[in-house]
Amino acid sequence: MQRTVFPHKVLPWLLLAPQLAVTLIFFYWPAGQAFRQSTLREDPFGLSSTFVGLANFRRVLSDPSYLNALQVTVVFSLFVAFLPMVIALFLAVQAEKIVRGRGVYRTLMIWPYAVATAIAGMLWLFMFNPSFGTLAWPLRQMGINWNPLLNSSHAMILVVAAATWKQISYNFLFFVAGLQAIPRSLLEAAAIDGASRRHAFWTIVFPLLAPTTFFLLVVNTVYALFDTFGIIHAVTGGGPGKATETLVYKVYNDGFVNLNMGDSAAQSVILMVIVIALTAFQFRYIERRVHYG
Amino acid sequence: MKLTSLWLCGFAAMPFAAQAQTEISWWHAMTGANAEVVEKIAGDFNASQSDYVVKPVFKGTYPETLNAGIAAFRAGQAPDIMQVFDVGTGVMMGAGGAIKPVAEVLAEGGFTFDKSQYLPGIVGYYSTPEGEMLSFPYNSSSPILYYNKDIFEKAGLDVNAPPQTWAEVWAAARKIKESGAATCGYTSTWLTWIHTENFAAWNNVPWATNENGLAGTPELKIDAPLFVKHFQEIADLAKEGVLVYGGRTSEAKQNFTSGECGILTESSGGLGDVVKSGMNYGIGKLPYDETAEGAPQNTTPGGASLWVMAGKSDEVYKGVATFFDYLSQTEVQKYLHEQSGYLPVTMAAYEATKSSGFYDENPGRETPILQMSGKPPTENSKGVRAPNLPQLRDIQNEEYEKMLAGQQTAEEALKNAVTRGNAAIKEAAGG
Repeated sequence: MQRTVFPHKVLPWLLLAPQLAVTLIFFYWPAGQAFRQSTLREDPFGLSSTFVGLANFRRVLSDPSYLNALQVTVVFSLFVAFLPMVIALFLAVQAEKIVRGRGVYRTLMIWPYAVATAIAGMLWLFMFNPSFGTLAWPLRQMGINWNPLLNSSHAMILVVAAATWKQISYNFLFFVAGLQAIPRSLLEAAAIDGASRRHAFWTIVFPLLAPTTFFLLVVNTVYALFDTFGIIHAVTGGGPGKATETLVYKVYNDGFVNLNMGDSAAQSVILMVIVIALTAFQFRYIERRVHYG
Repeated sequence: MKLTSLWLCGFAAMPFAAQAQTEISWWHAMTGANAEVVEKIAGDFNASQSDYVVKPVFKGTYPETLNAGIAAFRAGQAPDIMQVFDVGTGVMMGAGGAIKPVAEVLAEGGFTFDKSQYLPGIVGYYSTPEGEMLSFPYNSSSPILYYNKDIFEKAGLDVNAPPQTWAEVWAAARKIKESGAATCGYTSTWLTWIHTENFAAWNNVPWATNENGLAGTPELKIDAPLFVKHFQEIADLAKEGVLVYGGRTSEAKQNFTSGECGILTESSGGLGDVVKSGMNYGIGKLPYDETAEGAPQNTTPGGASLWVMAGKSDEVYKGVATFFDYLSQTEVQKYLHEQSGYLPVTMAAYEATKSSGFYDENPGRETPILQMSGKPPTENSKGVRAPNLPQLRDIQNEEYEKMLAGQQTAEEALKNAVTRGNAAIKEAAGG
């Protein structure tokens, strides 16, 4: 491969400048602030602050409610990373089979993506609120004592469902595109060789979709960790007890409700480390098994 | 020619206009009908004089407004006046150099500040232990009992005699459920504010040490036998399905206005929604525990007050003082009280509302005032204060929810709330 050498020294930097500026101002600067804040103990108004070293981290990590939030996040993220993929893949494969009205079907599937996260949360809240929810009533008629306000599992099911529903569209979109990129000839050859549809799917289609699946895994994980804040805030507020309090929600709650900036900053630093580690792990170990064709 | 002279005139007048009117920013958290009241009061004040212009700015919910104010202060852009809810009072009091006491603002502005003209229960809550008023009580409310008269009738209960004690409430609630008049007998908003903080004041038992935190760093006392008994009764009712839990704040109002529940305890500020639902409702005092000595004592104020931020010019402070003086006027207070369901702040406004016959036409509207001012407050009933009250309420809500879900008894829930709460107070105070 030939290495291209550009004669200019300044121009590349100039062209990169806007992107670099955005990254510096909107990522490195706040991240630096978080680091600084995480070593300080400060009153809400910032009138007095003392350097406490790693005391905030020590307290956060020995706090049982932080470990609880970690546990909640793991359960929640696993569901929200995988459920939308499974459902979206199924729907995308089914959508491929449709001959007439495929466009309409696809458009309808993509629609929910346009709904803002907090609104999605409100929609599910209204449907499943135990006292005025339209769908909570039939559940109760079926003999299920549906009460996400007090029952932790019900609350978890509700936020997972809302977060999953919101993310299916996005996954669907990518799987549809991925499916269309698979050459017809391969499937036809498989059919001639006598492979069943199911067999062809698992041995040809699914492996060829690996880049898409991997990409979605990363995106869904980040989505579950960060973007679901709006849903949790709108639907359960972290309750009942602390049953749906994820790490991000705890950062918000400790910082902006309890006004404990030091602990909150320490938590966001830990969260940053977790996400960097997780992404690095995914790229290092899972991506190796991905075929980019 | 004409244009030039006009332009010159305009130019000449500009500095005067800028000098003549001092702008005062007022960040608030009022929505709906209460937001209209804010706009009307500010507009009337601006029209009543020409030196100052008060500009109200809506900043979201109570916690959002507080956070916005804190963030703005840190950035050196604090508003002149900020509305802070009762729970945030401890935070503001701890802010020291960030705020300017209202008593000081009024005195420097040349207004004589006579504390005796204000309702004692309300002013006491917003004052230092030494008695200096720190913030201006704008909207105060008190928890009261609402009941659905149609459901009462169906259940064979006396529609003109709301239950007075908790024992009577439980009995009535059970009767409502058993008779099939409604699927839920009783529900309540704000278990923390109503069943913990006001429960303590109304039954004259301490919520925490150090005069409930008014005289120093508090240590929670809510695992005392009276609380345990009360919450065990609540847990039992929830188990029987007589009591339906709505949520941590005012969600349960919906369970009442929809006709699902027959009895509700809620803030007097929630009256607007109850009226709007068009239901046949009645109002009673907040129930008390008949086994408590000296009950009922008095309830404590909820709602919000106006804080003046530090570091502003003398002109601004003069304007703020003038505005607060205007707010204390009897007609303004009377308007505020009658329109919003919040309590009047001055004795004169209360008397004027009374003599105008407003309470005869709207029975029940006087209840929260009588509750709050019926008896001189004791150590246990001046209000509660902690540097981190929002966090304490969070902890209590979490423990109560576990209790209502049947995962722990009332005693365990309250013991946990005390242990966790005291640890949190220590941390907040020590920081």
